[in-house]
Amino acid sequence: MNKLLLIAGGSTLVYACLAWTMGVWPGIELSKIPAGPGVEPLTALQSEGREVYVANGCSYCHTQQVRPLDADKVFGRPSAPGDFKYQTPELLGSERTGPDLTNIGARQPSSVWQYIHLYNPRAVVPESIMPSFNWMFAVVAEAPAGVTPVPLPNNYAPAGGVVVPTHQAEALIAYLAALKQPALPASAAPSASGASGAPSATGASSGEAPTTAKASAAAAPVGNYDATKGAALYTANCSACHQASGEGLPGAFPSLKGDAVVNKDDATKHIDVVLNGLHDARVSGVVYSSVMPPFSGTLSDAEIADLIDYERSSWGNHGAPITAAEVGVERAKAK
Amino acid sequence: MQAEATARHSDLSEKDNRALISVFSAYTVTATLWLLFATGVGLLIAFKFGAPEFGGGAWLTFGRLRPIHTNATFYGFASIALVGLGYYVAARSCGTKLYSAALAWTGLVLFNVAALAGTVALDLGYIDGDLEYREWPWWTRLIFLAAVLVSAWNLIGTVARRSSADIYLSNWYIMGGTLWGAIIAIVGVMPWYQYGLGQVAVSGFYMHNAVGMWFTPLALGVIYYSLPKLLNRPIYSYALGVFAFWTNLLFYPIIGAHHFEFSPLPWWLQTIAIVFSVAMLVPVWGGSSNFLLTMRGRIRDLIHSYPLMFIFVGVMSYLIGSTQGTLEAFRSLQQVWHLTDFTVGHSHLTMYGIISFVIWGGIYGLLPLATGKKASQLGMALHFWMALVGCFIYVTSLSIGGTIQGLDWMHGLPFIQSVIDMQSYYVGRGVGGLLMFSSHLVFAWNVWRMCYGTGAVASPLQALRAEESVA
Repeated sequence: MNKLLLIAGGSTLVYACLAWTMGVWPGIELSKIPAGPGVEPLTALQSEGREVYVANGCSYCHTQQVRPLDADKVFGRPSAPGDFKYQTPELLGSERTGPDLTNIGARQPSSVWQYIHLYNPRAVVPESIMPSFNWMFAVVAEAPAGVTPVPLPNNYAPAGGVVVPTHQAEALIAYLAALKQPALPASAAPSASGASGAPSATGASSGEAPTTAKASAAAAPVGNYDATKGAALYTANCSACHQASGEGLPGAFPSLKGDAVVNKDDATKHIDVVLNGLHDARVSGVVYSSVMPPFSGTLSDAEIADLIDYERSSWGNHGAPITAAEVGVERAKAK
Repeated sequence: MQAEATARHSDLSEKDNRALISVFSAYTVTATLWLLFATGVGLLIAFKFGAPEFGGGAWLTFGRLRPIHTNATFYGFASIALVGLGYYVAARSCGTKLYSAALAWTGLVLFNVAALAGTVALDLGYIDGDLEYREWPWWTRLIFLAAVLVSAWNLIGTVARRSSADIYLSNWYIMGGTLWGAIIAIVGVMPWYQYGLGQVAVSGFYMHNAVGMWFTPLALGVIYYSLPKLLNRPIYSYALGVFAFWTNLLFYPIIGAHHFEFSPLPWWLQTIAIVFSVAMLVPVWGGSSNFLLTMRGRIRDLIHSYPLMFIFVGVMSYLIGSTQGTLEAFRSLQQVWHLTDFTVGHSHLTMYGIISFVIWGGIYGLLPLATGKKASQLGMALHFWMALVGCFIYVTSLSIGGTIQGLDWMHGLPFIQSVIDMQSYYVGRGVGGLLMFSSHLVFAWNVWRMCYGTGAVASPLQALRAEESVA
């Protein structure tokens, strides 16, 4: 019996101590971390949307953790401990089959896009492998008063009637719209605000990319922009709405192909829209309710110049090319 | 000591013997049904990566089926199969009858009720959070906990009745695994320390320990019994086995946070996890070399015995998969592989390559000794080769694809490029998965023959060897 007690009891006691030290105790301590500045609880509708997100396992493909690595910079600033105060159950995720959604409310503020994409992701991103969530929508003969039907492209729309979101879809999109990272005060970098001895690579890596981008822009002469870079930036930031063809989606996202602003030699307006975003825009007589996000916070002057030059020289467009310096002037104006 | 123990087993009444055999068979049969279900779902969701519209609607959506696949594999198939094997190993190696057959049946019912309720709940959208391997609603996880406690109690009771003074190493792992499994389940289900980032820390602990302190110890216990039994030779070094037991116990629970590297979890917690991931090489290399040295010079026996081949693959996967796990924990490699499909390849190399192969080796090796009925050589061959080749294709595809995915991100390509680049590797995964699932159909047929069929009586050689070890 003594032997049995030693092996079964002894090992279990050791294990219980380790489980306490590595599981329960960190849980207790980290559960106490207060909310970071600007981190707010969700509203009732947004919480409901979060439950829809959890119940349908969205986080098996979409993480909600931005790492202090170069690869993650497109998704926002590195996540800080204070970001998770109101996040139970946690949704950090372990796989990124689809993009990270920590900051999706800021990166893709257009609920029109979100509805189309949720109904059938391939309607806006042809290469997407995300499932369709068309079962969160209803097909009705006529949209009820106050509800805007989802402006699906013809080849994805049902044969008859219009598509309207159910309450479930509305809650989910409200939740996605709420996923915005509040800015961190300069003194409270994610490293300093809890995780002591943070990744030393962070500082170096976050400073590096813009520097190289600027250097390459300085080398590129006017009218001879970096086309590869411009195309990649367009794919990463613009094509979800304006599409690879530049034609947008009728009634949802305006076309850039042959657009007056894109083809006008004075690029001030073009630069302004990319830097500061747009909402309720009237383009060629049509008012678009979708919101375009500002890119001043995520793209450097050189990157915006490459991007705009790509738009101005693609799909038969022939607007005069611009330089990073011109973007810098516009950026300064906004401040 | 083992010989002495087994000698006593002839004293056991025929009734006790039959009770043990039916418990072992019933656990194996229900585990097999869960395997078919869980991997059928796995195959369906593997196809969805290439054909996202395949299987539409809420009940078949990827995000609901994925936790159904993982949980049914873990708590339906692997847990039930390993506890069934554990009962047989404990009773036989202690030369005694089960402490309580009634408790074993109670446990089996609880395991199945938990798995069934958990599966249905997940498909209806009732989930406790997308918290890996503990998605079932809390009350189903309490039923599972009850099943684990019943099993632990029953196993300890069985070992307490042993006819020898010593406790054979297999029983250390089997008793330990069930007791630690209960602790893991309790840590995972209690809510008071699981808010926000606190829950992330618990997730790291839970998802890692569920694999390494529940399934792995039970599987190691099965190897420590089956390998000497099938080779009719003692384990190479008993002391090395004891050493691996304690080092595994000390190092493994500390490394869970390596699942959240570069996350906002405290940096020191991540660093400790990486350091002890390296330390895990000690029990892993100790354990696997002990097994390989037990097999030394017996290659001819090995290639003529599918049960031994299954266990051999399990041991090699233990060595390769766990070493890979250590390498993956380094920050430099996590930068490339974290959040990619490489991780999915790793989890299949370990849960499939180690746990499932050891389970199959154990069942093919031990179930015929219990029932006196054998699976056909062809049936075992089909199962073995389809499972092995399928798993190889699966893991290779996702390892290469996952690396490309990670490099795409590091090179700052548009995200969608990584989705496009994965397409051919997802096809590879589907092909591998199809082979793996087909092999499980053959396994089900083999189990049927070993339990209820008129299958050939265990080969004379086997019977002779069994007799020899009794003598």
